[in-house]
Amino acid sequence: MKRSSWTEYQKDIADDHYYYARSCIRQNFFPGSEKAFLNILGKDLGRDIFDDPKHTSCTGIGYHSDIVPLETIMTVVARQFALMSEAGYENFTSSCITSFGIYTEILSTWEEFPETEERTRENLYKATGREFVKPRNLAHTSDVIFHHREQIARQAKRRLVNVYTGEPLRVVEHIGCHYAKIFPKSGIGGSEFPYVLAGMVESWGGEIVDYPERRHCCGFGFRNYLVQANRGYSVANSHKKLESMAPYKPDFIVCNCPGCSMFLDKWQYTIAEMEGTTYGANGGGIPVLTYEEMAGLVLGYDPWELGMQMHQVDVEPLLDKMGVEYDPSAKYLGRNGKYIGQPEHALVNSCSQDTLYKIQR
Amino acid sequence: MKHVIVIGGGIAGMQCAAELARGGVRVTILEKQSDTGGKLRNWHKLFPSLTPAEEVLGGLNHALKRSSEIEVRTGCEAAGVTPQRVTLATGEELECDAVVVATGFTLFDARIKEEYGYGIYDNVITSADLEQMFNSGTVSMAGGGVPRRIAFLHCVGSRDEKVCQRHCSKVCCVTGVKQAMEMKELFPSADIFNFYMDIRMFGPGYEEMYREAQQRCNIHFVRGRISEVSPMIDGRLQIKAEDTLTGRPLKIGVDMLVLLIGMRANDMNTVLEERCGLKRQPSGFMQPRDQFLHNTESNVPGIFYAGAVTAPKSVGESLNEGTAAARGVLDYLAAGEGSNKLTVAG
Repeated sequence: MKRSSWTEYQKDIADDHYYYARSCIRQNFFPGSEKAFLNILGKDLGRDIFDDPKHTSCTGIGYHSDIVPLETIMTVVARQFALMSEAGYENFTSSCITSFGIYTEILSTWEEFPETEERTRENLYKATGREFVKPRNLAHTSDVIFHHREQIARQAKRRLVNVYTGEPLRVVEHIGCHYAKIFPKSGIGGSEFPYVLAGMVESWGGEIVDYPERRHCCGFGFRNYLVQANRGYSVANSHKKLESMAPYKPDFIVCNCPGCSMFLDKWQYTIAEMEGTTYGANGGGIPVLTYEEMAGLVLGYDPWELGMQMHQVDVEPLLDKMGVEYDPSAKYLGRNGKYIGQPEHALVNSCSQDTLYKIQR
Repeated sequence: MKHVIVIGGGIAGMQCAAELARGGVRVTILEKQSDTGGKLRNWHKLFPSLTPAEEVLGGLNHALKRSSEIEVRTGCEAAGVTPQRVTLATGEELECDAVVVATGFTLFDARIKEEYGYGIYDNVITSADLEQMFNSGTVSMAGGGVPRRIAFLHCVGSRDEKVCQRHCSKVCCVTGVKQAMEMKELFPSADIFNFYMDIRMFGPGYEEMYREAQQRCNIHFVRGRISEVSPMIDGRLQIKAEDTLTGRPLKIGVDMLVLLIGMRANDMNTVLEERCGLKRQPSGFMQPRDQFLHNTESNVPGIFYAGAVTAPKSVGESLNEGTAAARGVLDYLAAGEGSNKLTVAG
């Protein structure tokens, strides 16, 4: 794909001193990714980033489900900005795509309708006694990794290359809808040909797979999943994407949205159980990574430290292709070697390591 | 002898210059490209008669060469205009007695509609690209193969608020029909689809051509716009659209997609408005003094318009406007400077 249009969509991404806002979903499903982001920024790249325990959910999921009113979410967002200012930061970076969309939307609303900003200031002051300053720079954490992708490439311990064949790994990049589909100019590469993940993959030696349903939503869609009766829609969307990408035999999928990572990974289990269909070349599933996990592997992190044992689809076939050394028996050992439990074997899993774990247990 | 400057050496400017010379006026044509002829130089055949574009251009060039009172200055761009003077981008100033602005239009850049993948996927081309292929004598897919299924998409950069082009470009509908028929002639076994919002067949012979496309050439017309284009594993392009007549979503694979790009106003029109006091329409095209009796006159006496500088027009309409503008200029010159006498406009 002659993907050059991304260069016309440039946005400022701060180089240092970030105020970090975590994601509700990721802390539960991919806790290792947020830790890895902090380590990569702080230790590997030498940047200053503040992980503030005082911040809360942005309430975006409630907002998109029509539970949280606009005025409420604006006040919650204003509080996050107030915390940022109080901590002495100006550059806000959020781990969640939904939150990033929320922050972008609210800043834009305040710009277009200044009276809503004034009302929010009043509400925040009445509720908390706080005042806020709008961030000088707003970026999603995938923007921040994209911004530092060449430095990461220079410090790389491994590349996105198949060690057996020497060929670039074939990567499906999936961008969260709220990254740039609402405000195309707020994303690297716009909404049609976003480059934020593709740029990382290309800088680290991989090859992007373009396929017919590349732009399609993963199926989270808030109500699609949150209302149990609608979950068939959610699975159907992931199914459509997986069917479309499978003939290209991707080595893995990388996402920048917490919901997408979760659904593209876990719905593979559901589809396998429902239909007996798996999409990976080895008969299992296609591994789904977060961009922090991808960056972490490139920088030489241990996959279990990155939390990759939390995935539904086994990542070992990918680790083998990348030449990552790992201890199979340590997969389900948490902090201090404590056994954290393991899922039952399922059709979507390609690895049969029960014996090893049982020995450890 | 009175001297008139015609800015723009496209078909309207050429026609206007020839008429002015016939009326006894010395004319200078300023053309920013290396040759006269405008966009018609890159066109193959004209609807609905399929007259070769070079035939029309040949006639216009012959008329220019026939007159010793017409000077053509190519590679020459105007930066400022008054009825008595045209300032070039180089700073040179040319004196005159009246000016005709015949600067035409700009083809919409299809890359702006990113969802169609122009410039990204090899077999997504524009109607202008296809005309050049016709001219070169080779129409094929990027890899050299023969297209078996071809789609045309109407209204790319026309009637589209998202790209700030609300106006209809008028000639794309019939161009789509003409090009679909030409492709059918070249590739008789190919399936050809035209995706449209409305089919606007306003000119003589257009409706007949549209019917022939359906009845004789078996070209399929689908009422619905394409939402996105993606690559398929076999190298074809997947198109998603909605057939709004049956109310069903549609997904098909094609070998080639032709985007029927519209006409947009020139960027220079902003300069004409800001520096020269000429009025623009909301579409960005220049505003004639009125739409009926003075549609080749500007709001500034002594400055006239010809062709697509005021709105999208067909070749025939642009040529007529060249003639009408020349008539207006001759009347203006005859009446003496300072009065912009009423003219009968075409």
